[in-house]
Amino acid sequence: MRLHARIGFILLLTPLVLWLGLLIVIPHIDMLLISLRERISFGVYETSTTHYQKALTEPLYLRTFWRTAVMSVLATAITLLIAFPVAYYIAKMAKGRLQQVLFMLCLIPFYVSELVRTFGWMILLRETGLISNLLQWAGLADQPVEMLYTDAAMMVGLVYTSMLFMVVPLVTTLESLDDSVVEAGYDLGGNGLSVLREIIIPHAMPGIVSGCIVVFMLSLGNYLTPTMLGGKDSLWFTEMIYNQFIVRSNWELGATFGFMLLVLSSVIVWGMLRLTGRTLQETMG
Amino acid sequence: MTKTLLATTCLALMGLAQTASADTLRLLTWGGYAPDDVIEMFEAETGHTVEVTKSNNEEMIAKLRATGGGGFDLVQPSQDRVMGPQMEFGIYKPIDITKLDQSQFIPSMLLATMANTTVGGEVYGVPHVWGTSGLVMNTAMAGDTVKDYTDLCDPAVAGKVSYRLKRPTLIGFAFAMGEDPFAAYDDEAKYKEIMSKVEAKLTECKPNVKTYWGGGDELMNLVRSGEVTASMAWDTGGWKLNEDNADITFVAPASGALGWIDTFVLPAKGQADDAAYAWINFVMQPEVAAKITAAAGNFTASAGADEFAEDALKAKYQASFSQEAIDNIKWYPPVPAGLEAIEGDVLDRVQAAN
Repeated sequence: MRLHARIGFILLLTPLVLWLGLLIVIPHIDMLLISLRERISFGVYETSTTHYQKALTEPLYLRTFWRTAVMSVLATAITLLIAFPVAYYIAKMAKGRLQQVLFMLCLIPFYVSELVRTFGWMILLRETGLISNLLQWAGLADQPVEMLYTDAAMMVGLVYTSMLFMVVPLVTTLESLDDSVVEAGYDLGGNGLSVLREIIIPHAMPGIVSGCIVVFMLSLGNYLTPTMLGGKDSLWFTEMIYNQFIVRSNWELGATFGFMLLVLSSVIVWGMLRLTGRTLQETMG
Repeated sequence: MTKTLLATTCLALMGLAQTASADTLRLLTWGGYAPDDVIEMFEAETGHTVEVTKSNNEEMIAKLRATGGGGFDLVQPSQDRVMGPQMEFGIYKPIDITKLDQSQFIPSMLLATMANTTVGGEVYGVPHVWGTSGLVMNTAMAGDTVKDYTDLCDPAVAGKVSYRLKRPTLIGFAFAMGEDPFAAYDDEAKYKEIMSKVEAKLTECKPNVKTYWGGGDELMNLVRSGEVTASMAWDTGGWKLNEDNADITFVAPASGALGWIDTFVLPAKGQADDAAYAWINFVMQPEVAAKITAAAGNFTASAGADEFAEDALKAKYQASFSQEAIDNIKWYPPVPAGLEAIEGDVLDRVQAAN
């Protein structure tokens, strides 16, 4: 019987181990090795840390690196600010059917691919697009307005793309908050602000943290939105990785960038957990 | 549950392990180079089946590099991208010219491509489709201002121009600025000097640019909607837009259009060489080549295909290219290794500049 259980356990574990090993661990080891070699001449390579030195000293790469990090944090913050009231309304104010309908409405944009959603924004924001025409029709603008190819357009795209991933964990945690606790807060003389600060936010913290982690990762690793909506000024770190690998055939530098991004996201997630005094276990479990 | 999982894993692995049978031709090519009707005719005539993957130069090389030249049986990179990658990564195998019907090729183009793709005495490529890149513009709105690549930086067209942030732009600007980058291909110091001049120009020009286009369709939309009136682009793009709006067309810049030839190359681990040779011989027949010209919009290296080409396309070609402009086409020589690193740094800095 025990033997059976053990075989069952091993068999169940095999796909997971294969998945992690073949698709995550082994490629990463290979990437690390690639990032640590330098091309000497045709087909001749030597181990060196040149690419890390280059990546950490070239101002352009560093600028893009920090820009991507700061913009991703900003996108996460904006997403949280917008998603929190939405999630609160869905979880606490809306009842029954309305609740389901609202939740579905959040979900529906994700039925189409990210590419289509981004194209949607391009149709709205472009110079000959819907909003530009509307403004001219209403007399608010006397010539076509270009809203694409700016950081703001990119931010809109990033927030829109990651909204669902913030709303879902928030709704789940807020639903578990007993209404009577909020009521008790008011009974004890709290006002809207103090109840929000002392009761609702602390309760929703696991949802906030896990939502923020997911949204941050998605923004940091996003390729489509910055490239399509950001236009000529949108240098995003993932775009640089793509460029090094595909356009420049410089796998070594691309792999180095990949590792820098991995370290950056790990550090920021760790920092976020430290800041909120939570452990990864609490957040994920 | 466990059994299902196991079974699924096994099935998936079997799917991965299954290799294409010898008579499946896996073709890695550009959009329009393998139209459906041509594939149907080929399959009916030879019994081989054709699987087409559409791509571009950089992705073709990246894909082959990742597999050491496997996964495809016939590839179509531009002729300047054959020698360098072959020396660097060894992703191609020599082509046996005797298995091809050489009389079907335009002799001068065949010889030029063979010379440009020779590594260690072995020939790696034969020509297929050729064309140029230059300026696509709305002649009514920008025709008076824009005569050459550098005119895209003219204040008169501010906010209405676009180009790609890729190497053709660097080369085009260098020629327009009176330099000869191709002559400096073997002189890295000289090439760096030219590229830093181009970088300064492109950085200065950046406020004039609406956006850097990435794909052909993106550019078509920008020009068709009138948001962009002049752009650096391929000749076919201009000719296609010309059908919708007679003002828009392709113009060969004063400093010369840049000429490219896409080739046929056998990847190192290709498994269906016979089918690949059969495909090359098949598509180089004048009637078939004319069908490809109709689909791709570019002419081929097939001798005698001109007779079968559409008159409308020929007329557009003649309107864009005078004899003088044809003689002035700058054909891309093979890219030596190392140059793309210089260009890459320049492009990155231009993209990041404010």
